[in-house]
Amino acid sequence: VPTFSYARAVDVEDAVRRGSRPGVAYIAGGTDILNLLRDEAVTASSLVDLRSAAPARIAVNGAGATISAFATMREVADHPALGEQWPMLRAALLSGASAQVRNMATIGGNLMQRTRCWYFRDPGSPCNKKRPGSGCPAREGEHRWHSVFGASEHCVAVHPSDLAVALAALDGRITVRNAVAERTLGIEEIYRTPGDEPERDTTLGPGDLIVDVFVPRTALAASSSYVKVRDRASFEFALVSCAAALSIADGQVSDVRIALGGVAALPWRARAAEDYLRGRRPTAESFTACGARGTDGAQALPGNRFKMDLIPAVIMRALERAK
Amino acid sequence: MAARDGAISLLGLAPGAGAPGGQKPAGDVKAEPVTVNLTVNGTAYRVSCDATTTLLDALRDRLHLTGTKKGCDRGECGACTVHVNGRRVNSCLTLAVMNEGVEISTIEGVDLNPAYRCLLDAFVERDALQCGFCTPGQIMSALALIVDEERFSSPEEIREFMSGNLCRCAAYPNIVDAIRDSVAGVRGADV
Repeated sequence: VPTFSYARAVDVEDAVRRGSRPGVAYIAGGTDILNLLRDEAVTASSLVDLRSAAPARIAVNGAGATISAFATMREVADHPALGEQWPMLRAALLSGASAQVRNMATIGGNLMQRTRCWYFRDPGSPCNKKRPGSGCPAREGEHRWHSVFGASEHCVAVHPSDLAVALAALDGRITVRNAVAERTLGIEEIYRTPGDEPERDTTLGPGDLIVDVFVPRTALAASSSYVKVRDRASFEFALVSCAAALSIADGQVSDVRIALGGVAALPWRARAAEDYLRGRRPTAESFTACGARGTDGAQALPGNRFKMDLIPAVIMRALERAK
Repeated sequence: MAARDGAISLLGLAPGAGAPGGQKPAGDVKAEPVTVNLTVNGTAYRVSCDATTTLLDALRDRLHLTGTKKGCDRGECGACTVHVNGRRVNSCLTLAVMNEGVEISTIEGVDLNPAYRCLLDAFVERDALQCGFCTPGQIMSALALIVDEERFSSPEEIREFMSGNLCRCAAYPNIVDAIRDSVAGVRGADV
């Protein structure tokens, strides 16, 4: 591990004041940042520990659930009221990482974790995300895990968070603090496609700190599911995942959210599929036709073309389970 | 949650601290020796290490508690599993300085855990190891599974919740059987 200094933030103001300085990285669970530093994918001269900055509260009321970004994956997955009322959140969290990592990793860190693209993580490989302009070996190389939506010539990496995909289907909102102000963003607004700046995963700036996540109580949340397909049964990132949420009234789909994971640099909303399903009856036939629209706009690479078949199948299965 | 009143906060350096007038580039900060107060298996230790020292390296190289194994050193294999405040964690993915004010339990202190005897007997009875390198991590992980998490209703659930512990000898079926047996034993003993 490269050399860095360490400090504990005493509160959120202290954290964001320290975090806005150059060379500072936040640490909470530590499960991603320490590997990023070891792999030289990220450099930092100072780590600011967030775990004493704010209590890891989870509050559920009539409007929804407010989850501290400092809560661990385990604490959120084990929360009885959250699990009862937003079962998809629990399913998404338990589908990721290992029991040990879930005991450490925090919600904010889960959302801010970096891509598992092996070129990004390999110290010896060029990568436009870690060294802009150095090139992207993934397009011509190994890209089984990589993007089929929204990539650019500079980067085809995907975001690895299951939680972000679940939140995209639940209309989740993120509260971000910095030294100047606090603001609230939709979950999809914090991420960005790589474009000409693959080094920027998110729209957040230096020192910005996610302090909590809000999940509204909606009709959609009651009928939802998370389906994840991966190369092994556990402790693995998604090849394709789907968070589906359905609202059914008078025998028709009155509203729907379909968010895909493992396919883009952000949780990818399959809007053409959603638009197709709205107003239709929730049948196997309509789910099949809906799933087929899940690849609208996709551009596969030779090594991940299988995702074009996987996406419709995963959407169908998620809709069936959500129904 | 770590205590916030440890001496460690004093050691935190802003970038460029000690070098007035300029930010030091990343990776150019001198390793700061730190003293960390760790409580391991009920004993308090003062450990001299660097801010960058992982809990795993502090346990093995400073405290010579080498029962905790270093496998992948990146949170994938689980050989380094220890308990922090009763919860299992990968000691390679946390810094020693982040673990002041918490109770750390390692395989060396496992006799203190009342479920251990059942688990040990079951591992022996079921031949749940071959080379044994992963076994301290398997035991620490299984203890947390049984005592802290209670995730053992089926073999499938045990496999899922033990997926953070790799066994390159692939003794997995025997490990699952041993955990099932020890759950029955722990319940029988009313632990």
